[in-house]
Amino acid sequence: MNEIRVLSATGILGSGFREDSLKRGMALRPDFIGADSGSTDPGPYYLGSGERLFSDSAYKRDLRLILLAARAAKIPAIIGSACTAGTDGQVQLLVRIACEIAREEKLNFKLATIRSEQNKDYLKHKLREGRIRPLANAPKLDEAVIDRSAHIVGMCGIEPFVEALQNGADVVLAGRSSDTSIFSALPVMRGINPATVWHAAKILECGAACVVLRKYPDCMFATVRNDSFIIEPPNPEYRCDPASVASHNLYENSTPYELVEPSGVLNTFSAKYEALSDRAVKVSGSTFARSARYTIKLEGAELAGYQSLIIGAVRDPIILRQFDSWLEGLVRAAKDRIAAVFGADVEPQYRLDVRVFGKNAAMGPLESDTSIGHEVGVLFQVTADTQELAAGLIKSVSHIAVHYPVPEWTGLITSIAYPYSPAELHRGATYRFNMNHVVEPATPLEMFHIDYQNV
Amino acid sequence: MRKLWEVTKLIRSKNSGPFELTFDVIFKDHATYEKVRDAKLINAQWFAKTYRLQPEVVSIINYDAASAIKITIPRPAISGDVDDTDVFGGQQYGPLVDLEVP
Repeated sequence: MNEIRVLSATGILGSGFREDSLKRGMALRPDFIGADSGSTDPGPYYLGSGERLFSDSAYKRDLRLILLAARAAKIPAIIGSACTAGTDGQVQLLVRIACEIAREEKLNFKLATIRSEQNKDYLKHKLREGRIRPLANAPKLDEAVIDRSAHIVGMCGIEPFVEALQNGADVVLAGRSSDTSIFSALPVMRGINPATVWHAAKILECGAACVVLRKYPDCMFATVRNDSFIIEPPNPEYRCDPASVASHNLYENSTPYELVEPSGVLNTFSAKYEALSDRAVKVSGSTFARSARYTIKLEGAELAGYQSLIIGAVRDPIILRQFDSWLEGLVRAAKDRIAAVFGADVEPQYRLDVRVFGKNAAMGPLESDTSIGHEVGVLFQVTADTQELAAGLIKSVSHIAVHYPVPEWTGLITSIAYPYSPAELHRGATYRFNMNHVVEPATPLEMFHIDYQNV
Repeated sequence: MRKLWEVTKLIRSKNSGPFELTFDVIFKDHATYEKVRDAKLINAQWFAKTYRLQPEVVSIINYDAASAIKITIPRPAISGDVDDTDVFGGQQYGPLVDLEVP
């Protein structure tokens, strides 16, 4: 029977998995090991700055076990969305780590790297041609936005992975990739029904996330055939049931029925989920419709400024009784003081925001219960064009806030509890996601660069 | 009267990409799910009022396969932007927890 066996090492490279689970997965003779290494979840900082979510040691630990297992079994290892955002620098970092591992473990392999960062002139050209379209809730995109971006990546489909595998790559380290493409490339290349493959890939890309109770990150295993796939966790402590596997379609997706990929749309409306045992689930019945136009999703991030903060707490019931008006007066006084010290023309170079913990710090404008209790936390946040300016401005805020009066008390009051000396914290650069668009490339490969080396 | 948290396995919120926020209400048993679904207890009007939004921006999808109701809204701020409050979007489900279920 035509089938592909897939071992997903973990939901995100660097978060870990049990060594024993990987061994059990390998005993099931997978055709390849895949792992996603990225996410936009932790925010725009990683795309903007090129920094990564986990430590180099964490990436190295996970990648070492994957490479050792894959080379021992002579099967490909495929990693996508390198080191959080999948920028060229983050791919390079993962390549460096892979080379270190190869040296230390005396491994030899053909390495393919797929770079996903985008050329700004290419994107401007596509924009002028009308071949860039906005997705839901997208901000405005023009040439200035493209110019301002610190990094722009395109989310590749299966085609660059297929190209690399067909050219004999043993290990593929890719920049930004659709999570599911990492797991779909090889099965589609081997001729398995794309509908089954893409659905299996959606379940696999989060590692053990589809189990009934996920206590820690771990591996997942799937056997993918034309008419169905079987999902079963290699870890004996874990189990899947039809509801847990079906529920996974809800995760981080605006609809459980559709998954849009570069080449088409997976539809799970008619999918059937059957228990094969108390821990394995068989899934069948999804469909995959090819899109008329092939599209690549863009992700971009630009600098939003530099931040300095103060965190404090207010406990005085007299202040809390009139908290909103007290805070409003305080902010006005702080801005006046800033204008007096730095000049009126500093105004367009900064913004001052206040977060009130114990009132609406979690939900902001979505919060309808803005009542407060016996204590609130206050976070003053200055965002300015330079870190030096932010650091200067926050000092003015700090001094105003700590002595801001209420009419009931006479004399000098100290109105905020600061836990730190100095009260200020400096956060450095902060970034903003600035694109939610798709491009229509002439071919699925033209936006990506594949390089090979023998390691 | 039971509260929504008492009849669900999980109520959660999460980013669906940096520009959307999605809520999942996953019921313990299919019968209760069907009752809540058919009574349209979680509807766009109610959700919009609870979250101070316009009903037109609220999308609600019933997902029988997992006995779940999904609600998706545009994010009030882009994830991680200067005025965002919750980068992962993970702490937005609070107002759903104590909804009364017949």
